[in-house]
Amino acid sequence: MLKQLRPALVLLVVLTVVTGLAYPFAITGLAGVLFPSQAAGSLVTSNGQIVGSALIGQSFTSDKYFHGRLSATSGPDPKDPSKTISQPYNAANSSGSNLAPTNKALVDRVKDDAAKLKAENPHAPVPQDLVTTSGSGLDPDITPEAAFFQVPRVAKARNIPEDKLHDLVSNHVEGRILGIIGEPKVNVLALNIALDRLAKN
Amino acid sequence: MTVNGWIQIILFSAVIIALAKPLGGYMTAVFAGERTILAPVLRPIERLFYRLAGIDENQEQHWLSYVFAVALFHIGGFVLLYALLRLQGFLPFNPAGQGAVEQGLAFNTAVSFITNTNWQNYGGETTLSYLTQMLGLTHQNFLSAASGIAIAIAVIRGFSRASSKTVGSFWVDVTRATLYVLLPISTVAALFLVWQGIPQTLGPYVDVTTLEGAKQTIAVGPVASQIAIKMFGTNGGGFFNANAAHPFENPTALSNFVQMALIFAIGAALTNVFGRMVGNQKQGWAIFAVMGILFLAGVAIVYPAEAGGNPLIHALGIEGGNLEGKEVRFGVLGSSLFAVVTTDASCGAVNAMHDSFTALGGMIPLINMQLGEIIFGGVGSGLYGMVVFVIIAIFVAGLMVGRTPEYLGKKIESKEVKMAMLAILCLPLAMLGGTAVALSVPSAVSAMGNPGPHGYTEVLYAFSSTAANNGSAFAGLSANTMFYNVLLAISMLMGRFLVVVPALAIAGSLAAKKTVPTSAGTFPTTGPLFVGLVIGVILIIGGLTFFPSLALGPIVEHLAIEAGQSWG
Repeated sequence: MLKQLRPALVLLVVLTVVTGLAYPFAITGLAGVLFPSQAAGSLVTSNGQIVGSALIGQSFTSDKYFHGRLSATSGPDPKDPSKTISQPYNAANSSGSNLAPTNKALVDRVKDDAAKLKAENPHAPVPQDLVTTSGSGLDPDITPEAAFFQVPRVAKARNIPEDKLHDLVSNHVEGRILGIIGEPKVNVLALNIALDRLAKN
Repeated sequence: MTVNGWIQIILFSAVIIALAKPLGGYMTAVFAGERTILAPVLRPIERLFYRLAGIDENQEQHWLSYVFAVALFHIGGFVLLYALLRLQGFLPFNPAGQGAVEQGLAFNTAVSFITNTNWQNYGGETTLSYLTQMLGLTHQNFLSAASGIAIAIAVIRGFSRASSKTVGSFWVDVTRATLYVLLPISTVAALFLVWQGIPQTLGPYVDVTTLEGAKQTIAVGPVASQIAIKMFGTNGGGFFNANAAHPFENPTALSNFVQMALIFAIGAALTNVFGRMVGNQKQGWAIFAVMGILFLAGVAIVYPAEAGGNPLIHALGIEGGNLEGKEVRFGVLGSSLFAVVTTDASCGAVNAMHDSFTALGGMIPLINMQLGEIIFGGVGSGLYGMVVFVIIAIFVAGLMVGRTPEYLGKKIESKEVKMAMLAILCLPLAMLGGTAVALSVPSAVSAMGNPGPHGYTEVLYAFSSTAANNGSAFAGLSANTMFYNVLLAISMLMGRFLVVVPALAIAGSLAAKKTVPTSAGTFPTTGPLFVGLVIGVILIIGGLTFFPSLALGPIVEHLAIEAGQSWG
């Protein structure tokens, strides 16, 4: 049995070097050459400034912007780092709410948010993705229904005609891949960057 | 539910069926030591490894010696990973300045990765350095998967050989699994995933100023290289806390589809390897059929349950499927299908929070794990887990007609049946026993993240997931405590080794037997009767063992929510 020690140790070392160092470094090198933008995190620039990542949602609270989904991420309290407080869209600590369907806290939260949304746009049904948290807390997308739902509020805050915003949202709806895989969606950051541009002109 | 949803399910099933045969053919050739397409590049490296390690590739091992090699390899991996977790603060490639991982968590994480469980009590981006992610986690993703494949190949040799004292060489099998199967396909998959948007950089986290002027720190890292093998090796441990729900682990619906296919690929292909090695591919397809039927049955429950949504939210006038804890780009179908795939296989990656699934939608992943993840299963462990059930099914069939049961020309006798029962019984012991212990400890009960029966389900899910070496979670449970870190680690070790050892014992015993020729009295093991019998045995054993535990959790929760009940 002792003669198995050498194969065990040597194989462990060489396979560690190959799979734990050579492989990730090789992929890093290749990715940097073939797909440099994606490899760096799909960062988005607007007016020469990095304003975020195309794949990572960010917190929008102003009436002048389209809002993303609710986010259950948290982070350390700036006043007392030993405490954890709610920090939506904290992209350095992804997480979901993990609330059960039968948890009263979930039902109460949805009830409050739905009432606010209903007041904002009484004419359309409240889309479910606007009152639920995403799995990662960083969902960059909303459904097309959720984007159209917010048009009246944004139009009012920006003083832009609703039909113009309606067109803007329509242009930002991404369909299913090959018409089959996935779900239709709207990237909130891309939509809001386009919205800022539209407002400027 | 939508028509498009079902089309996606059919498309996915078609891809898995199409993958099984070519990948199975390739793997059969690799483990038989034949020259394959990558030999010009890899064969010299393989031979160099053997020379350095003093391995004679023609020298095979008795099953006990094979078990010993498996154990040594796991112990070595554990020591390496534990040391790395504790010392990462002093090592390079740590731009976020992560310090030592606390003892209990380091122990749990190290056990978790060597057993191919990848239970995530750590939060990737907040706890681990880049070096730990690569040299610790990525590397164990390869080796625990390679070990699983090697063990499955040894078990198949038990059936395909006659009057043989040996079942192959673990060192050769594990080297070939890594070099010829896992590395090349992971390389292609990793580059595909970068193209889809997964980062791959050693640079620091990115600080940005958002459109509204707030500061946002975006965690990045060498992600793609880890995600490829995390899926292909059915490991499931995430780079980030939110795992495959995180847009950087799973950026598009296409990356989601490909990742699901990667999870099932080896498990499906091994059924074909099995058929080829025992000399009749139909034997492999029969096992594939058992797995495929159970997979579709799971999808046919989870998808309608999630698409049906939460009645308590419908009562507020908000229509639609259950989106709490789900990502828009995957939607209800992409999340439901992923949940079934990841728990059929022993992957445990999650692209939506299982804790927020409907009662029935969350129950199927739980059952999939409790059955031992034999539906395509973990790489390797799915096949040898299924073989254990087949032996019981054959034994039951033999009892019914009063003949000594045979499978693939081997007489199934008392030793094999005893070993199969041992493997089957150890899982409920770890799952139900562990849950019972936790429920009797007040601090463990107070770790529940949800009130009512759902809180209990969180604990049951934790022990089922760890014993089955899955690693997905009802993540509301605050399981990063010394109590859970240690108890769940024990559950993982039981689930891995109390199945591996009996499975290899069966292999050794069968390999030594003579092959008996097929006769008119031989029970045919390629037809629908056999497939039905195996499915029946799996569901009866699983049902008898776990129904009471499910009745207290998801079933009562389902009945309650239909009656409008919630818990505060």
